[in-house]
Amino acid sequence: MQDLIETFFESLGTLTLNKMRTGLAILGIVIGIGSVIALISLGQASQKSIENNIESLGSNLLTIQPSNQRSEGGVRGAFGGGTTLTLDDAKAIESTPKITTINKLSPELQRRSQITAGRNNTNTQVVGVYPAYADIRKVNLASGVFISQNDVDSMRKVAVLGPQVVSDLFGDNANPIGQMIRVGGQQLKVIGVTVAKGGSGFQNQDDIVYVPLLTAMKQLYGVSYLSSVAVEAKSADVMTDAQNEIGYFLLERHKISDATQADFSILSQSDILNTASQVTGTFTALLGGIAAISLLVGGIGIMNIMLVTVTERTREIGLRKALGAKRKTIITQFLIEAIILTFAGGIIGMIIGILISYILAQVMTLPFTISSSAILLAIGVSGAIGILFGWYPAQKASNLQPIEALRYE
Amino acid sequence: MIKVKKISKIYNTGAVETVALSDISFEINKGEYVAIMGPSGSGKSTLMHILGVLDQPTTGEYILDDVNVSQLTDDDAAEIRNQKIGFIFQAFNLLPRTTALQNVMLPMRYANVPKEERIEKARKYLKMVGLEDRMNHTSNQLSGGQQQRVAIARGLAMNPSILLADEPTGNIASVQAEEVMNIFRKLNEEGHTIIMITHEPDIASHAKRIIHIKDGKIVKDEKNGHKLKAKTI
Repeated sequence: MQDLIETFFESLGTLTLNKMRTGLAILGIVIGIGSVIALISLGQASQKSIENNIESLGSNLLTIQPSNQRSEGGVRGAFGGGTTLTLDDAKAIESTPKITTINKLSPELQRRSQITAGRNNTNTQVVGVYPAYADIRKVNLASGVFISQNDVDSMRKVAVLGPQVVSDLFGDNANPIGQMIRVGGQQLKVIGVTVAKGGSGFQNQDDIVYVPLLTAMKQLYGVSYLSSVAVEAKSADVMTDAQNEIGYFLLERHKISDATQADFSILSQSDILNTASQVTGTFTALLGGIAAISLLVGGIGIMNIMLVTVTERTREIGLRKALGAKRKTIITQFLIEAIILTFAGGIIGMIIGILISYILAQVMTLPFTISSSAILLAIGVSGAIGILFGWYPAQKASNLQPIEALRYE
Repeated sequence: MIKVKKISKIYNTGAVETVALSDISFEINKGEYVAIMGPSGSGKSTLMHILGVLDQPTTGEYILDDVNVSQLTDDDAAEIRNQKIGFIFQAFNLLPRTTALQNVMLPMRYANVPKEERIEKARKYLKMVGLEDRMNHTSNQLSGGQQQRVAIARGLAMNPSILLADEPTGNIASVQAEEVMNIFRKLNEEGHTIIMITHEPDIASHAKRIIHIKDGKIVKDEKNGHKLKAKTI
């Protein structure tokens, strides 16, 4: 141990003699470890952000969406592109005694539209809703009121705006209540503004316009179908029961005997969460994998430098062997040098990686997370790279014959 | 102490067979001061490598302190060199940018001598070669003669059976060469066995016995009288 410590300081001394070369040798590892940590942290942060987002959409939530019937070839239509789910379906689900596990539901029609107010315009999501939407989807109002049943039944031309839409159309901190906006040739009066959810990811809940469902169906878009029905189950435990009850009820209602031919699909929030987690997890692994390649290149750089070092120091190695250094001693010396290089690179890379992920988290408004696994990985991997890529040069050094080595010019 | 019995060394480089040493035998006793002389290509360097257990003879036996060291594994040879042989090279071969003290401590490190003892001994030997005020100078801050004195101190560090010097004055100025020779004489008077390889008669004349080698064979093995030594002083 004493000997290892001495060898360590001796190697440190050798490495500081040629600072430029040592720095360049380390650089590959710094970039490798840095990018692995930054990308993994970024991946995990976006995964977390998406999970938070989905959870904030409401728990105990099932979403019924129309889907085209499967054709003979087994090709399924585009997601949410069907026209088979109607408001009558929604009403029937709510009123039937056959379904006992649900609290309430929210029929929805979602479209992208160009919205104008004065000279400003924006392209955003327009959602036709029932009042239950606010409850089920956890929408809170910053000012004004939400869509009422009365608004829906009388097809009033009113709208509730997300804060992003407010700032796009009326400017920051403006009070749009009472103002008029124009959607698809219709004038709508703004009656409320929702609280910012700070959403990002695949659905920004701040960039959205709520209108009464019937207004959307009859006056804005002229359609008779829904794009989805959100259903709140009585508790998280009865999610599967609710899914089954609704499924059988709708199959019967749509007169479909074969469940594989269903013209709708029912997703639970946890299904969506799992899918999203899987997708981001795959991305994280992919990014990490790409970064790992740069780590490999860094390792090869270390090996290259160590081989140069061994050649340069042939005489020194010969002398050490002449004075009684055994093979193990020489191997240890060169391995320690390689490990110091990769380890230093690993530590610097880790710091840079954490800094980068912190900056990215700030810029992209993602939660900032440092996973301890990423740090352990950086330390472990950089040490392992030192041993792996230092082994061959060290072996080569230890195999030098002292007379050949002493004669070497 | 050293028994060399019918040692031959044959290099096989492709089709050509080169005989560097053929059937050499001699003995060197404890406390002797021997010069091995010969022109370049005579095989004296090969002999020095074999005597230093840096190389192995093709045939024959080399017995050092009653141990046959002619056919050893790399690591065993390293241990023998560490324990029994103090090397002094023509090009000094000190570690660059390393202090005199650390250079002298190096062989003791390989023998796992405790650090305090290493420092103490290294100081002692550096003092013996007259470098007590240069202990913390790095090798590139020292003159050739001083570097060779550090190398001598390093050779003494493990208190070896023989000091093996290969052209010890080949790379240094003549005044400093004289200093090195004085140190050798003093060490020999204290009982150290010294074997010196050289091609310079002036230097060889300091030794008490001169073995002449030519074409891989001993041509003359003579006692060196004090008259020769007196002449050079």
